Amino acid sequence: MSREELEKKAITSLLGIASAWYDQMKAGEIPSISLPSRTKYNIEYDDASEVWKYGDKESLRNAASAKSATHLLKMAYVIGFIKEQLRENRSSTLREMYYISEGWKRAKFSAQDESNYLIEDLEILSDVPREGFHLHPEENGASIYGPMRIREETRRGMKTIHCQDDVGQAGYTIPNSVENIEFVDHDAKFVIAIETGGMYDRLIENGFDEEHNAILVHLKGQPARSTRRMLNRMSMTWDLPILVFTDGDPWSYRIYGSVAYGAIKSAHMSELLATPKAQFLGLRPSDIRDYNLPSDKLTEKDIEALRSELTDPRFATDYWKKEINLQLEMNLKSEQQAFAARGLDFVTKKYLPARLADMGII
Amino acid sequence: MPQLPGWLRLVLADDLAKQQRSISVAEFFEKNKHLLGFDSPTRGVITTIKEAVDNALDACEEAQVLPDIFISIRKTGSDLFRIIVEDNGPGIVPKQVPFVFGKLLYGSRFHQIRQTRGQQGIGISAAVLYAQLTSGLPTIVISRTGVKEQAHRFEIQIKIETNEPDVLKEEAIDWDRIHGTRVQIEFKSTMAAKKKLLEYLKYTSVVNPHARFRVELDEEAFTFERVSQEVIQCPVAIQPHPHGIELGQLKRMVIASDKKLLDFLVEGFSRVGKKTAQEMCDRAGLKGTLKVQGLSADQQKALLAAMQEVSVPAPPTTQCLSPIGEELIRRGLDKEFQMDFVSARTRPSSVFSGHPFVVEAAIGYGGKLPAEGNAIILRFANRVPLMYQQGACAITECITNVNWKSYNLSQQGLPTGPVLILVHVASTNVPFTSESKDAIAGIPEIEKEIVLALQDLGRELKTFLSRRDRSKLAEDRARAVCAIIPEISAKVSEIVEKPLVDTTPIEGKLMRKLIAKKSTRDGKVVIELANYSGFEGEISAYDISADNAADAVPKADFVSEMDGQFTKVWKMTIPSKSTWQVTYSGKGGGIIEIRGIDDNKKMVVDLDV
Repeated sequence: MSREELEKKAITSLLGIASAWYDQMKAGEIPSISLPSRTKYNIEYDDASEVWKYGDKESLRNAASAKSATHLLKMAYVIGFIKEQLRENRSSTLREMYYISEGWKRAKFSAQDESNYLIEDLEILSDVPREGFHLHPEENGASIYGPMRIREETRRGMKTIHCQDDVGQAGYTIPNSVENIEFVDHDAKFVIAIETGGMYDRLIENGFDEEHNAILVHLKGQPARSTRRMLNRMSMTWDLPILVFTDGDPWSYRIYGSVAYGAIKSAHMSELLATPKAQFLGLRPSDIRDYNLPSDKLTEKDIEALRSELTDPRFATDYWKKEINLQLEMNLKSEQQAFAARGLDFVTKKYLPARLADMGII
Repeated sequence: MPQLPGWLRLVLADDLAKQQRSISVAEFFEKNKHLLGFDSPTRGVITTIKEAVDNALDACEEAQVLPDIFISIRKTGSDLFRIIVEDNGPGIVPKQVPFVFGKLLYGSRFHQIRQTRGQQGIGISAAVLYAQLTSGLPTIVISRTGVKEQAHRFEIQIKIETNEPDVLKEEAIDWDRIHGTRVQIEFKSTMAAKKKLLEYLKYTSVVNPHARFRVELDEEAFTFERVSQEVIQCPVAIQPHPHGIELGQLKRMVIASDKKLLDFLVEGFSRVGKKTAQEMCDRAGLKGTLKVQGLSADQQKALLAAMQEVSVPAPPTTQCLSPIGEELIRRGLDKEFQMDFVSARTRPSSVFSGHPFVVEAAIGYGGKLPAEGNAIILRFANRVPLMYQQGACAITECITNVNWKSYNLSQQGLPTGPVLILVHVASTNVPFTSESKDAIAGIPEIEKEIVLALQDLGRELKTFLSRRDRSKLAEDRARAVCAIIPEISAKVSEIVEKPLVDTTPIEGKLMRKLIAKKSTRDGKVVIELANYSGFEGEISAYDISADNAADAVPKADFVSEMDGQFTKVWKMTIPSKSTWQVTYSGKGGGIIEIRGIDDNKKMVVDLDV
């Protein structure tokens, strides 16, 4: 969809919401709106696209209680704000919009989480990603290092970049909008998406990318949308295997989950953001056992998170059930960098080659 | 101490013996004023009034008249106060007056087993003594026993050494009251405790709803009106219960009796039949035919022990006790405290150590009670308010021990917030912690009854509070929504660039009201009534304007004209959640009014304005 089409769709849908409220109020009815219920109990696997999307469960928000009336009021203010922004062809970050809401009196947001969540609601209602509203996140994307060439449309013109030769040792920074990137060519066999900066640096320093023709992607913790969109596009465009390498704790499995299956929060955009072919490389609970890695005891919150994952439809596979139950049984967790206990080269010389061979990648 | 030589010891003992002598009760009291509630001048006023009022109420009760009590406190010198208490009771025969007022421990009720306010006969004579000691002035008593008798006026003091009345002057006088007693006591004091005094009278009035108090405090006058016209049934004295008797009392009864042991037990004690009496005799190893007067001290002890051991049914409680009753407590509290919630409980009567007692309690909430701070605690014993030593009282202890948080009250020891708790303990022998009768002692049987009564009331209060909170919540919500919806309307209208939508009907729906809307468009007037109020009775719509509404559908039930203004009236009932509508040709304007439904259940919107 072209930029103009997207904007047109955005304005039509948003005005449609406002008009529906107007008509409801004119008829003496309490304004209301239906939204898919955004919890893990309402995500379903879509066979066609192989990603998890919101199911049929809807929750009705009407203005019959002070809380939901305020929610509708905020939504009205945001729609008004986006309408003006699109008309004037300006854009703002999510954080800027949060600060702008300071002047909205009763419709003011109490935290940025709230405004982000509301924007996501509008994405769901309008079926337009937030870029169509001229809203973007402030966080810079994560980085890429590896044998690939892209062409990016920057504010300073078109630039072609090779992600090993044309970048510093921190790699190429993924921009907010991945839609403007053209994938030129590559010389890679697979992509490793890495949770921590320490491990990302270790692999670059050890020359893992050159040795194995690997593209390294730093996820920076829970990956931003642009990072996930980048992985999605690399998988779609070049059909490269995507391997996710994280810490060995419940929070890291969720990182893998959001890369592979989509996040619960953004299940409405799973088709664009999720990479169903992504595989979990490690660190598996069985690695902690097999490599006898230095580890910590699980906290109560960890245990709670693991239990919650057992009821998460995205993790309802035998593989995950086995690994999660094993971890609960061992009551241990380890970080990626725990491999350093076996020497700085251990991860690149021993663990990864063994694991990749095991997975049939090399 | 070094050993003294023998002769010196003898001399000392001799000297000491000369100083040793019996102390009169009055003398003892002079040195121990605090025991009777005269520890400070301020307190003296309250104690005096309290004793006089107690006597007046008791006397009226005995004579079955509705008490009408007049109290006056007037400053007569720099620190001298004259206190007058006058009642419409039966009066006191002249012969007895000096003893009632001029002798400590003289009373009619000390040996009786029934609920009375005063008991030992110390109170008022202690006040007489206190006056004598501080001001040196005698107490003036006027009393008249009936229409045929003349009133008698006395000036009385107490002979401290002998505890005998000293009548300075006695005369027969004319008095406008047919029967009654007037006491005038003058002593050194201050009015620092004025608030406490009014509190005392207020509380007294709460538990004596059949009494009227008129009070003159220097130039101020207060009246505590009666709310009940019923005379209280005077409690009837009962025989002592074998479990509630002590050796001294048994000795006195034995000396006064000429009966045989078995008959003595059956006739002298309550709930003792022949069989029980025989069992007591057997246990004590005494023959039932023995003359009681002949019992030795040891035999008396054995008898007492046997009496305690044999199981005897609890004493009868109904005649000798006079609880106030739930209805009268509620009315009494309603009268003096305007509250949102009042509930009272009278527990079934019960017994401790052979003494019958009954516990009554009440809880009030909200209204004019102070919203912050500890609950107001009203403690009563035999209808007498307990004003001092709240912390030492078993009632306070019980209140503290109840978990009020489970009844939705906040609590820091005592419950806090706009709460009032009343506890009344009525008994033939209220167990006070001391002679000043300020606090009730912790008797497990009594405490249990108090806690049960409070818990019962707590549950009722909780129901009230949660119901109130629910309706308050719903209203808060509706209000909040009604404040937000107009803003949504304004913003949405701005976005879609259309005229502002009127949201009054939505608000009406949320506020559960009947909404009447009148609008005029293209020469047609439309009046629409939408009923969200839940009220389904008949209502009428009054529409006053220049239109005659001749073509109205439906037709008006009534039309009248005055100065070119037509009043059109439609009568209808509108089922809940449905609408009623009338249309006619016209220009609109004028006034529309809905009648037959509460103001807070309707909302009239003129869309033409």
